[in-house]
Amino acid sequence: MTETATPARPSPAGVAYYPGCSLHGTSREFDESLRAVTTALGIGITEIRDWSCCGASSGHTTNHLLGVALPARNLALAEAQGFSSVLAPCAACYNRLAAARLAVATEEGLAERLPDILGHPFENSVEVHNAVELLRDAAPLIEEKVAATLTPNPLEGVKLAAYYGCLLVRPFEVCGYDDPEQPTSMDEVINACGADDVDWNMKVECCGGAFSVSRTASVVRLGRAIIDDARAHGAEAIVVACPLCHSNLDLRQKAMVERGGEPMPILFITQMVGLAVGLSPAVLGLERHFVDTEPLLERLTKQAVEREAAEKRVKEEAAAKAAERAAKQKAAAAEAGAGGAPGGEAQ
Amino acid sequence: MSSSSRTFSAEILATTGINAATCYQCGKCSAGCPMASESDLRPHNIMRLVIQGRREQALADETIWLCLTCETCSARCPNGCDPARVIDAVRELSLEEGSATQPRRIAAFHRAFLSRIRATGRLHEVGMVVDYKLRSGDFMSDVTNAPAMLTRGKLSLRAERIDGVDEMKRMFAKCGVTL
Amino acid sequence: MSRVGVFVCHCGENIARTVDCAAVAETLKDHPGVAFATDYKYMCSDPGQTLIKKAIEEHNLTGVVVAACSPHMHEKTFRRASDQAGLNKYMCEMANIREHCSWIHEDRGEATAKAIDIARTIVEKVKHNQPLESIRIPVTKRALVIGAGIAGIQAALDIADGGHQVILIEKDASIGGHMSQLSETFPTLDCSQCILTPRMVEAYQHPNITLRTWSEVEKVSGYIGNFTVKIRKKARSVDEDLCNGCGDCYAACPAKKIPSEFEAGLGKRTAISVPFPQAVPNIPVLDRVNCTLFKGRRKGLAKDACGKCKEACLKGAIDYDTEDTFIEEEVGAIAVATGFQLYSIGREQPEGLKGYGEYGYGEVPDVIDGLQFERLASASGPTAGAIRRPSDGKEPRTVVFVHCVGSRDPDKGIKYCSKICCMYNAKHAMLYKHKVHGGRAVAFYMDIRAAGKGYDEFSRRAIEEDGAEYIRGRVSKIYRDGDIVKVWGYDTLSGEQVVIDADMVVLATAMRPQPGIQELAQILSVSYDEHGFINEAHPKLRPVETNTAGVFVAGACQAPRDIPDSVAMASAAAAKVMGLFSADELEREPAVAIVDESTCIGCMRCQSACAYGAIEQRDICTVDGHVCGHVAYVNPGVCQGCGTCQAVCLSKSVELQTFTDEQVYSEINALSAWE
Repeated sequence: MTETATPARPSPAGVAYYPGCSLHGTSREFDESLRAVTTALGIGITEIRDWSCCGASSGHTTNHLLGVALPARNLALAEAQGFSSVLAPCAACYNRLAAARLAVATEEGLAERLPDILGHPFENSVEVHNAVELLRDAAPLIEEKVAATLTPNPLEGVKLAAYYGCLLVRPFEVCGYDDPEQPTSMDEVINACGADDVDWNMKVECCGGAFSVSRTASVVRLGRAIIDDARAHGAEAIVVACPLCHSNLDLRQKAMVERGGEPMPILFITQMVGLAVGLSPAVLGLERHFVDTEPLLERLTKQAVEREAAEKRVKEEAAAKAAERAAKQKAAAAEAGAGGAPGGEAQ
Repeated sequence: MSSSSRTFSAEILATTGINAATCYQCGKCSAGCPMASESDLRPHNIMRLVIQGRREQALADETIWLCLTCETCSARCPNGCDPARVIDAVRELSLEEGSATQPRRIAAFHRAFLSRIRATGRLHEVGMVVDYKLRSGDFMSDVTNAPAMLTRGKLSLRAERIDGVDEMKRMFAKCGVTL
Repeated sequence: MSRVGVFVCHCGENIARTVDCAAVAETLKDHPGVAFATDYKYMCSDPGQTLIKKAIEEHNLTGVVVAACSPHMHEKTFRRASDQAGLNKYMCEMANIREHCSWIHEDRGEATAKAIDIARTIVEKVKHNQPLESIRIPVTKRALVIGAGIAGIQAALDIADGGHQVILIEKDASIGGHMSQLSETFPTLDCSQCILTPRMVEAYQHPNITLRTWSEVEKVSGYIGNFTVKIRKKARSVDEDLCNGCGDCYAACPAKKIPSEFEAGLGKRTAISVPFPQAVPNIPVLDRVNCTLFKGRRKGLAKDACGKCKEACLKGAIDYDTEDTFIEEEVGAIAVATGFQLYSIGREQPEGLKGYGEYGYGEVPDVIDGLQFERLASASGPTAGAIRRPSDGKEPRTVVFVHCVGSRDPDKGIKYCSKICCMYNAKHAMLYKHKVHGGRAVAFYMDIRAAGKGYDEFSRRAIEEDGAEYIRGRVSKIYRDGDIVKVWGYDTLSGEQVVIDADMVVLATAMRPQPGIQELAQILSVSYDEHGFINEAHPKLRPVETNTAGVFVAGACQAPRDIPDSVAMASAAAAKVMGLFSADELEREPAVAIVDESTCIGCMRCQSACAYGAIEQRDICTVDGHVCGHVAYVNPGVCQGCGTCQAVCLSKSVELQTFTDEQVYSEINALSAWE
């Protein structure tokens, strides 16, 4: 692993934002919720001017050099626009950008060829991070915000399955910020939101990725195994950080779940954090999902309200009891004072 | 070893830096491959074809197009053989030489994707899907989903076009990719 | 006046094909100081040696140069011949015109000229040789054996039977090592403890063996024949002389839930305990880390929180206030036999290793390793020999055995094969099938390594007679699915993915040297490889010696190894030790460094440069005993003759005999003097 692939904290303000094509299209809600959450947490992001498609799997599958050049153009743009770090929420974009960075740093001759191919100078000085890393590093901040939010946290104690998929954690030389077999970064964010992360088996198994359109049957087979396992381990919803995983598990879920079976809501990690810090489902784009999240949210909100009311009741009862005790002691002390020693203080 | 195996192995070594002889055919990659049940050849079979120099067979096989590039094989390979990268390289060779027998739909998808981003810089999903359907003949799938996607605002009807479209064309040309 | 004889060897065709040997001899005849020169086909042969001896006598030679192969090969041969002819053997040198000339050049003319040059330089060197005598050092005829597993016990018994004193030191409370944890051994399926415990008792009772358990080597100084070893006897809290092994103490101990190391975590022990009933010595040890009383003392409690074992002991053998003590022993030879530990698949790993995340990092219930399976199968184990799942105690109907977990896995950090796993997996499959009739045993393997006597037959038996299913392919993922353990494997022979719903999975994890091996190796000044395995002196021809004279090695601490090979190696090491002890004095080559105390300035740079710790500081005293300075002194027993001190000495006061400055300069000058 080279130094350039070693992850570090993204710069506090002025992180370059690379949305990627899906966040402007089929996964608009990922973009919406990301913007809402970063604003709420006070993390400044700026969209890279004139960014272009990273090529996803079509790029590197067809031609290795093109597969590096397409993402590298965006790194070069970020560099030119004065950024030292890029946030790429889409897992595929993240992986392509980070892989390009590593390739340029390690493959012979690539660094020299790229400026000509791109038509831009390129120093390969920009770091690449994804939304999971960003939010994991911001976990203390999230906890603070959750505690400070006036409305009760609907996610408190809710069982959520963190689904990483392939591109957030593999290959390790490219990603490097978490364990590729038993990752925990998304789980940490789930816990920061007050929810319980579920221990389950399909955390890093592929959902079928790019075959969503061209070979849907494969996606259905793979997705079914993922949803079944999450359900078997008690998950009430699955959290993802990849538009393709979301699309496969959400848009295509109908074919995976038995008719009349319980649907499994699929939440973007940013939507989860948004809910925990009191943002509205509308702001987070939750109505765009194919698997309706409303029943879940309704139930969770009701639970949260009831729980808060119950806690309040318990507090009030305890306070009342304490007051009673205090009054009794005062009375006892007063009696003792009248009969014996002067001015006894209530203890 | 026959001369053909020296060439094919050497070719893969030159493009990827991977020495296929480090693969000792343990099968761990194929054990965890999500597409193994749908392919004739599995990742370790592809590695074997490379070691044995069976270039034609490797380039012509449909299996290399069923690879999801999920990288599970490479992550678990005990020898760090990186089968995912080798399969990538075989695909590249296959396309270069026109011996590509990509399943029609997968070929159509990649072509549609790449030609779209070359034209506008960003992927316009509606445009791409239409393009894909025309190329693949796969007209019926997702038809039922389309209205739902539109109402959910997931499909924009207008394509986004970047300023640096010429740069896109330049990149494709310099990398030798014609569509 | 020098009278040097030059003998040019043809070495058959090896030299003669490229070098004109006759011409070399002819030319050297005229070299100043050469009294005789000849060439011959095979100098190392009997007639060749006779030729040399005759020439020494007839021509009164004062020095001999044999222009032939490398000193590594035949210096001893020719020196012995010279000695037999009455010429001090250190007046005989070799000029290498084979490895350094004929084997690496093609042009006959140029090679011959080079051979002449090489011969000349050595002739010039020999003119400055001094007759030297072997160094004699005394030998302490006591041995130290570190580690009392089967290898250590065997070595100790052999040396003791040979009539010498042995100190056998073991860091655990009992001797026996991992062999005592095994249920049965391959290929005979002998009960392991049944064949081991008689040896253990013999070692305990042998008049020549002093057993020190619950002890470790703290420091070693000295050199071959003369080591001083400081041993730390850890505080047992039990007096070994008073204790009679009755067991009342551990029956009374209230802390009963401590995971037992002997049971590989599958059973529990008390804080004061013997590791197993047949422990030798049968004297318990108090585990101060987990003992309630000691926990209280560490918290600073005024009154001791417990004391039940002391109360229960009728012999008054328990003393909570003992400390570690130190013993110094003088020994002449040391044998290292510290054995192995198993690689763990957990997340926490030492540098250079990775765990198996794809197998759950060791946290999946009912996924166990080989030693744990041995404890299950063992009649004295936590389940009295019944195969039961650790999670719920049920009998597993399907058990999967996974080969090569860690081994042959460069990605995880271990390239080597652990040698024993194919055999013990076959054994485990057989034991399982014998105990669970109708159970299904599936083994995922890559290759079967069964090279010992009766080994292949044994492993075939598991398949052919006991019905174990062997599938060739590695496992990609192991995880818990409800009540079962899912195993994702592959059958490369039939070309299919194989998914097994197992009740239990046994991982054949790699063999590694014991923790702390690197620290011990540094104490002994022996070298070790990247994995910590002790390095042998030569992989083919000196397998039980290390590069440190007097320190020998046996068993799995040198490389993965099974019991018969460990025993053989232990006996071999013992033989070497007894060879060392066969004379009262050791002879060492005089090729050691000597300090000229009159010119030494006492800067001690040589001491820092010496890799063998052979250099000491010696005080110089005035007549009335007042220390007025110091000089360096080279211990001739430890010095390995590397010459580094000579290279760094600022005052040119230390010289390596047989490679003095004069000798070396004369060789260099010879190259330019006769163009």
